[in-house]
Amino acid sequence: MSAAARAGVLEVVRKTGETGVFFVRVLAACIPALSRPRLIIEQIYNAGARSLIIIMLSGLFTGMVLGLQFYDVLNRFGATEALGTAVALALLKELGPVLTALLFAGRAGTALTSEIGLMRATDQLTAMDVMAVDPMRHVVAPRFLGGLIAVPLLTAVFTVIGLFGAQLIGVQFLGVDHGIFWSQAQSAVALKDVTEGVVKSVVFGAVLSLIAVNEGYHSEPTAEGIGRATTRTVVASSVMTLLLDYVLTAVFL
Amino acid sequence: MSQDGHESGGVNLPADSVGGVPADTVIEARDVRYAIDGRPIFAGLDLTVRRGLITAVMGPSGTGKTTLLRLITGEICADQGRVAVFGRDMATLRTRELYATRRRMGVLFQNGALLTDLTVYENVAFPVREHTDLPEPLIRKLVLTKLEAVGLRGAAELMPAELSGGMARRVALARAIVTDPEILIYDEPFVGLDPISLGVILRLVKQMNDALKITSVVVSHDVHEIATIADYSYLLSGGKVVGAGTPAELARSESPTVRQFMTGGAEGPVRFHYPAADYATELLGVER
Repeated sequence: MSAAARAGVLEVVRKTGETGVFFVRVLAACIPALSRPRLIIEQIYNAGARSLIIIMLSGLFTGMVLGLQFYDVLNRFGATEALGTAVALALLKELGPVLTALLFAGRAGTALTSEIGLMRATDQLTAMDVMAVDPMRHVVAPRFLGGLIAVPLLTAVFTVIGLFGAQLIGVQFLGVDHGIFWSQAQSAVALKDVTEGVVKSVVFGAVLSLIAVNEGYHSEPTAEGIGRATTRTVVASSVMTLLLDYVLTAVFL
Repeated sequence: MSQDGHESGGVNLPADSVGGVPADTVIEARDVRYAIDGRPIFAGLDLTVRRGLITAVMGPSGTGKTTLLRLITGEICADQGRVAVFGRDMATLRTRELYATRRRMGVLFQNGALLTDLTVYENVAFPVREHTDLPEPLIRKLVLTKLEAVGLRGAAELMPAELSGGMARRVALARAIVTDPEILIYDEPFVGLDPISLGVILRLVKQMNDALKITSVVVSHDVHEIATIADYSYLLSGGKVVGAGTPAELARSESPTVRQFMTGGAEGPVRFHYPAADYATELLGVER
């Protein structure tokens, strides 16, 4: 192995270890942070409620595209009545959690990283620490918990709106029977499918929030450093979402 | 005049001591060595801050004045030597003990370091809310009293982004004193203040010291302003204390380094220019 490759591997190991230690510190800080529910609710609002518009719009258009594409494919086999099943399973198990996670990383993850990075650059975190207020407990843990709670809720909204979008196209415009659409969807979806979507969204919420707060907390205290940290958040979040999606899908099959 | 402040001609410093350390010593740095990326910042720094006095730490840019404050607050640890606050080595304290010690300190940061998502009022109330269970009416009285002292009671509902640099520093001062700490550490408190604010803040620092017997450590470049309130001053250069004494003693010093700093001379032991190639050679040489 060349020196450069060895250095690269060592850097990956170091970064992974550092993130692991940080994760343990965040978890430890979460326990006392739970005694300040107001801070967590504020972060659920920032990460969740403020992402609602983009999640709802994306969910609607995704559902509409799914309605068109699945209808086209199913029509070739004369099975358009299975449209509800196909759309519901695709949204619940895959597209809902994954697209919500990617949108969350772009909208809320970057905001978390830049906010914490700016707090680092302007000595706000240091000031808290010197005032004997642990920034892990007061800043990092509430944001981590806020993201962890917001992502599953946003995924649920995305999936519901997506189903509505697919129904709008399939039933209202393409003529699939309304009753068949919903009854097929209802009968095909088992508790295991819902569980898969919920587990994925919780895992994505935890990992994406951790990446965002970690990058912000450890960002270089300069404008360029915060910019780089924000970019790393989007890249790492996207790759981790797709990687974990594969792993979790394999586990559930 | 001494190098570390143990003997002072102009200030009434008690002579009693416990184990070689004067009984009224609040902050003590002994043979402190500290380097950043191999570049030495302190090379055997000795310094003592006595209870109830205003101690000024002065020195040219880049001499590690702010680093010294970070050592005192325990944000960083010395590579060698000892920095003790209230008799306890900051490097050996566990997190809980470190936070207990920090609760007895107030720090005014160079840029204010206000929490940008909170109003001026909430910024000042922040340490009180975090460390006490005081009822809201009492917190309100405390906060408004401190804001009145810095002349910003009327700005209580403004956000930090709406403040000028000087106003932000005055709010930060109110936040630093709201818990009535035993030690107040000021990092360049006079930078960016207009003459009126400067005068008010100078008097406030002095009044708090006189009335509440707060121990103050003031890092500042402003030789003349600090001379009006400091009981004792240290001049740092080259990682060490190069001069110490009362402002009057420093003003009379024969040391070339002290004289250059006190008079603001460009020529002297402290270089104004960053090390560079010969000026003429560089100007007349091949263009890069």
